[in-house]
Amino acid sequence: MLKSIKEKVLSGERLSREDGIELFNSGDIFSIGRLASFAAEERTGTKAFFIINRHINPTNICINRCKFCAFSRSKGDEGAFELTIEEILEKLATRNSAVGGILTSSTAKGRQKGDMTTHYNEVHVVGGLHPDWPFEHYLSMLAAIKKEYPSVAIKAFTAVEIDYMSKISGLSLEDVLRSLKRSGLDLMPGGGAEIFAAEVRNKLCPEKISGERWIEVMETAHNVGIKSNATMLYGHIERIEDRVDHLLKLRDLQDRTGGFQAFIPLSYHPKNTEIGGHYSSGLDDLKTIAISRLILDNFAHIKAYWIMLGEKVSQVALLFGADDIDGTIIEEKITHAAGAMTGQGLTKDQLMHLIRRAGKTPVQRDAYYNKVIS
Amino acid sequence: MHRIDKKSALKLYKQSDILELGEHADSIRRHLHPDGVVTFVVDRNINYTNVCINRCRFCAFYRDAGSSEAYLLTNDELYTKIDETIALGGTQILLQGGLHPDLDMHYYTNLLRSIKERYSIIIHGFSPPEIFYLSKKHDLTLRETLSTLKSAGLDSIPGGGAEILSDRVRKVLSPKKINSSAWLQVMEEAHALDMRTTATMMFGSIEKPEDIIEHLTVIRDLQDRTGGFTAFIPWSFQPGNTELSKDLGMKSGKSRTGSGLFPTTAVDYLRALALSRIYLDNIPNVQASWVTQGLKLAQVALRFGANDFGSTMIEENVVRAAGVSYQVSREDIVHAIKSAGFKPAQRNTYYKIIRYF
Repeated sequence: MLKSIKEKVLSGERLSREDGIELFNSGDIFSIGRLASFAAEERTGTKAFFIINRHINPTNICINRCKFCAFSRSKGDEGAFELTIEEILEKLATRNSAVGGILTSSTAKGRQKGDMTTHYNEVHVVGGLHPDWPFEHYLSMLAAIKKEYPSVAIKAFTAVEIDYMSKISGLSLEDVLRSLKRSGLDLMPGGGAEIFAAEVRNKLCPEKISGERWIEVMETAHNVGIKSNATMLYGHIERIEDRVDHLLKLRDLQDRTGGFQAFIPLSYHPKNTEIGGHYSSGLDDLKTIAISRLILDNFAHIKAYWIMLGEKVSQVALLFGADDIDGTIIEEKITHAAGAMTGQGLTKDQLMHLIRRAGKTPVQRDAYYNKVIS
Repeated sequence: MHRIDKKSALKLYKQSDILELGEHADSIRRHLHPDGVVTFVVDRNINYTNVCINRCRFCAFYRDAGSSEAYLLTNDELYTKIDETIALGGTQILLQGGLHPDLDMHYYTNLLRSIKERYSIIIHGFSPPEIFYLSKKHDLTLRETLSTLKSAGLDSIPGGGAEILSDRVRKVLSPKKINSSAWLQVMEEAHALDMRTTATMMFGSIEKPEDIIEHLTVIRDLQDRTGGFTAFIPWSFQPGNTELSKDLGMKSGKSRTGSGLFPTTAVDYLRALALSRIYLDNIPNVQASWVTQGLKLAQVALRFGANDFGSTMIEENVVRAAGVSYQVSREDIVHAIKSAGFKPAQRNTYYKIIRYF
């Protein structure tokens, strides 16, 4: 079993759609894990990356209300929130003993805070589609963060938010992305991809942009020099074929642009969502990581996002083809709204320990996968 | 099948690739349980008291007799818990507590009889430290103690209190708890009285790989003599709120400060589990511990040697006291087993299947 796939992987030959389906249907997790490990080690050796990062969700108010989402609220709902730019800066300045306080703020106010400021390598900003915020608000948000923290990479706004900004501003995708970039946007996260298959997507998130549009936003971003990640939400109502097709679409775009840094499979979390259901199995999580590594031969990195998989399965995923476990995060709202059983953050020491115990070499990275000398 | 000796076990544990080790354990599991059934028991963990004179340093559950948080369940509280257990389809109660200085044999035999008079339920109760304590208190032999408890209604004995069966480790972890040979003696006597028991191992504290192999070896040797162990249950030390973790400067999962030791990781757990399955060739069942590892890793454990999902744990106090809490229903367990590719079945204490799902 898996013999021809094994030969292909060992000889560097690209896997087909049929190969992907065969892998997902196979119960031979050990062979799949070994092949994926081989593929990962060819690219990154024994390294496993982590980052000192922080998540910020400017708002949970969203006009889309996707059925798999437990985070979003409508305006006026109980629990709806919107952060001011000042509040976002306050959050970024919150002391984080995990990573040590290195002063990076360039403003007088930031300097006064002294050791209250933390040296993040990256801030990850995603939020809902707010009905009232004008496009300029996003530009001001980026500019304010960049001014206060010029050395911190800003990874912000999913393709869904970019599409929305194009709608509310009347600007083309390209103009939106160029303006955001000028205001301080460095990278884009890979969220909002969900599952591209239209039939499934219409059931999950009928109001969200189509798979084609998601690809179009990413292609435009890559073309204006913004690198991004890519994701796939799995474990809800999709079929195996939908997963494979999703991966193939990403692989095609990556062939054209080379703009993706990492692929991040996201396991579905059922709590407090409209479609409900169950958590994906830990074995499915590991298989999905491994098969992603095998199919996405043009992606440099596969990330086992510990917030979603749990730190335990994420650690094991390092033996199934993943080479990145994300980072310190500090505060996570979206997955926790849907019943994440993980903590809010991990320390640098904890991340390094998990990586070492998996037999890998921990490498602290910046937003572009350069090693951080600290 | 070829039996693995200590030396090769140590080598496997320390050096082998984790996927190779897992695949080896998985093939043994498949050989022993070819039908792909994964079992679980519906039971309730009833801790009749938290008063304990042993004060083990890895434990966050015990209280001193004078503490304001000390408790001893009344019979009515106990009956309510059993009623609820039966209503949920439970077949067993796991009855365990601390070593309470004021409770004597009279208390225990009354407790057992009063349960058996009212309910048709299997009592899986009193780990070896409790049995040993009772025998010393009344100057009875272990055989006499066990036989008295058995006549009063005790069916089976849980394998707790084994921790690591190496006296070097026990002196540090639990200096007042019974030593390794006393634990084994209780089990051997119980088996001789035709009582079935489980065996556990708590690893991930201060033991060395050699201690783990020693633990597995004494369990395997006893099983060769008696055949009385139904299952082996390895779990990892949960450092939250324990004296040991404070002394070691150990970090609980959510701590953000200090430096020092860390809780056992998933990879370490899978390694110990797989080795247990490979080494314990005479014990039919190995449990995955979702209580300490979470459902997702417990599912992965089913491919690293485990064939049983333990208990639905209608109530669990001891691990929760150490800061670990996963809320899981029977439906969650059934679904978790199915989605891992296995056939879920409810079993009784003796691993007889009661119902397939």
